[in-house]
Amino acid sequence: MLRLYNVSKVYQNNVTALDNINLHVRKGDFLFLVGPSGAGKTTLARLIFREELPTRGQIIFNGKNVVRMRPGEVPFHRRKIGMVFQDFRLLPLKNVYENVSFALEVTGAPSKEIKRRVPEVLKLVGLEGKAKMFPHQLSGGEQQRVCVARALVNNPLLLIADEPTGNLDPDTSWDLMKLFQRINEQGTTIIMATHAWDIVDAMKRRVVALSRGRIVRDEEGGAYSYGA
Amino acid sequence: MGLNAVRYYFREAFASMRRNGWLSLASVGTVTVSLIILGCSLLLVLNANKLAAALEGMLEINVFLVDDLDREKIRQLNEQIKFLPGVAEVEFISREDALKKMQQSIGADKLEGLDYNPLPDAFRVKTRDPQQVPQVAGEIARLAGVEEVRYGQGLVEKLLAITRAIRIAGWVVMILLGGAAVFLISTTIRVSVFSRRKEINIMKYLGATNWFIRFPFLLEGMFLGLAGAFLAAVTVFYGYVLTVREINTLMPFLPIVSQFGEVLPVFACVVGLGLLIGAAGSALSVRRFLNV
Ligand SMILES: Nc1ncnc2c1ncn2[C@@H]1O[C@H](COP(=O)(O)OP(=O)(O)OP(=O)(O)O)[C@@H](O)[C@H]1O
Ligand SMILES: [Mg+2]
Repeated sequence: MLRLYNVSKVYQNNVTALDNINLHVRKGDFLFLVGPSGAGKTTLARLIFREELPTRGQIIFNGKNVVRMRPGEVPFHRRKIGMVFQDFRLLPLKNVYENVSFALEVTGAPSKEIKRRVPEVLKLVGLEGKAKMFPHQLSGGEQQRVCVARALVNNPLLLIADEPTGNLDPDTSWDLMKLFQRINEQGTTIIMATHAWDIVDAMKRRVVALSRGRIVRDEEGGAYSYGA
Repeated sequence: MGLNAVRYYFREAFASMRRNGWLSLASVGTVTVSLIILGCSLLLVLNANKLAAALEGMLEINVFLVDDLDREKIRQLNEQIKFLPGVAEVEFISREDALKKMQQSIGADKLEGLDYNPLPDAFRVKTRDPQQVPQVAGEIARLAGVEEVRYGQGLVEKLLAITRAIRIAGWVVMILLGGAAVFLISTTIRVSVFSRRKEINIMKYLGATNWFIRFPFLLEGMFLGLAGAFLAAVTVFYGYVLTVREINTLMPFLPIVSQFGEVLPVFACVVGLGLLIGAAGSALSVRRFLNV
C-alpha cells in the first residue's frame, strides 16, 4: 500500500538526506525505521506525509502518486495518515477530548460521528477517565497517548510515529508499544522511527536501517544493531 | 460545508477577536473614522446637488427697461424676448407692481419718505436650460429699450465647483483612511495568524483543507470591517438627523435631503465598503502569511 521508487531528497543546502530509496510497505506491516542521527528517518516520514517533495523518484500511497498530487488533494491524503510526534504537539488550551475531536472537526465531520468516535479512541488508548483534563495536567506518557488517539481518530490506513518514545521513560515507552501492537493487530499499518534499540530488539518486527540516506538493511524480525 | 464547520468558523473568529482585543478595537476605530468621513462627504454631495438643482430652477434674468416706454413698445419687446431661442417664460412687472412688492417685503413704513417711484419697468425671463442664461441675457441686452440686464452670474458654476471639490476631497481622504483601515485589519489578522501558527501547523498535520484554515481569519476581518461600518452608519445617521432638524429651524428655505429613501444608498455604501475593507485586509494577510 506504500511504495517508494528511487526516492532521493537533496535539501537546498546540498545535503543529501535520502539517496535512492526503494521501499515497499504492505498493509498490516509494523516497521521500525532505525539509523544514526541524520540518517534521514524524519525526512522519509516527511516525504510520505507530503510535507516535502522528493528531489527524484515517486511515492505511491494507497494507489495515488503522492509526488504528482495537486495541492488540493494533499489534505485528503494526510487524513489517511496519522502522525505521532516526539514532542506530542497538543494544543495547550484544549482538553484531552477537544484535542482528539479537533482532528475530526478540521475534516468537517458531523458532530454525531465525533461524539461516537472520540470516546472510542480514548478508551482504546486508556484515557477515558481523563477526557476533561488539559495537556499540562498529564504525564508525558499520557500526553503521548492523547497524540496517538488524535492520530487514530480518523481511522488512518497508516500510522507514522517519529521517535514517539524519545521523551518517555522505559516503562511508559513499553506501555506505548503495547498500545501500538494492539492498534497494529486491529489492522493499522505502523511505521516507527526510533533510537530505542531495546524496544526494536524485543518486538522482533520488520526493521529498515538507514545510514547516510541509504537503506543498508531491511529484514523481518530484525534487531536494532546496524553497521557493526 | 457542514453546520459543524460553520459553527467552528464563527467560534474561532470571535475567539480570535477577543484575544487581539486592542488591535481589533484599533482597526474597528479606523474603519469607523474613514467611513464616517465617507458618509459625511456623500451626504454633503447629495445636498449640494439638490441645492444646485433648486438654484438652477430659480435662476432667471431680470431685464430693466429705459424710463417712459409706451405700452405698445413694451408689448413689442415682450414678443421679441419671448421668441428668442431658449426662452421659456417672460413676465412683465410694471414699476408700480415692483414698488408694491418692495413695500411688502421691506415694510411700507421704511419707504415712507420716498415721494417718487425709483423703480423701472422690468421683465422677468426664465430660460429652458440654466446654461443658456448668459447667452440669452446677452441677446436681450442688445434690444432697443433695454436699460440693463441682470442675472446670478456664476452662482451655479460656483456651486457645482464646490460640489466637485467636496467629492474629490472626500474621495482622497476616504482612500487614504480606507488604505490605513485595510492595513490595520491586515495587521490584526497577521497577528492573529501568528499567535495561532502552532495550531495552524497542527491543523495541516490533521488534514485540514486550506479553506478550512483560512476561513475563520477572513471572517474575522469581515466582522471587524462590518463592526466599523455599523458604528460609522449609526454615528452619521444620528448626526445627520440632528443637523437636518437644526437647519430646518434655522434656515427653513434650504432644500435638505431628508427622505429616508434618498439617504439610504449612502448607508448601503458605508456598510458595503466596511465589508469590503475587512475582506480585503484579511485576504491580504491570509494570502501572504498562510502558506498552506
Ligand atoms: N529542512 C532541512 N533543510 C536542510 N537540511 C535538512 C533539513 N531537514 C533535514 N536536513 C538534513 O538532512 C539530513 C537528514 O535529516 P533527518 O532529520 O531526516 O535525520 P534523522 O534520521 O531524522 O535524524 P534524527 O535521528 O536525529 O532525528 C540531516 O543531515 C539534516 O541536517
Ligand atoms: Mg528525526
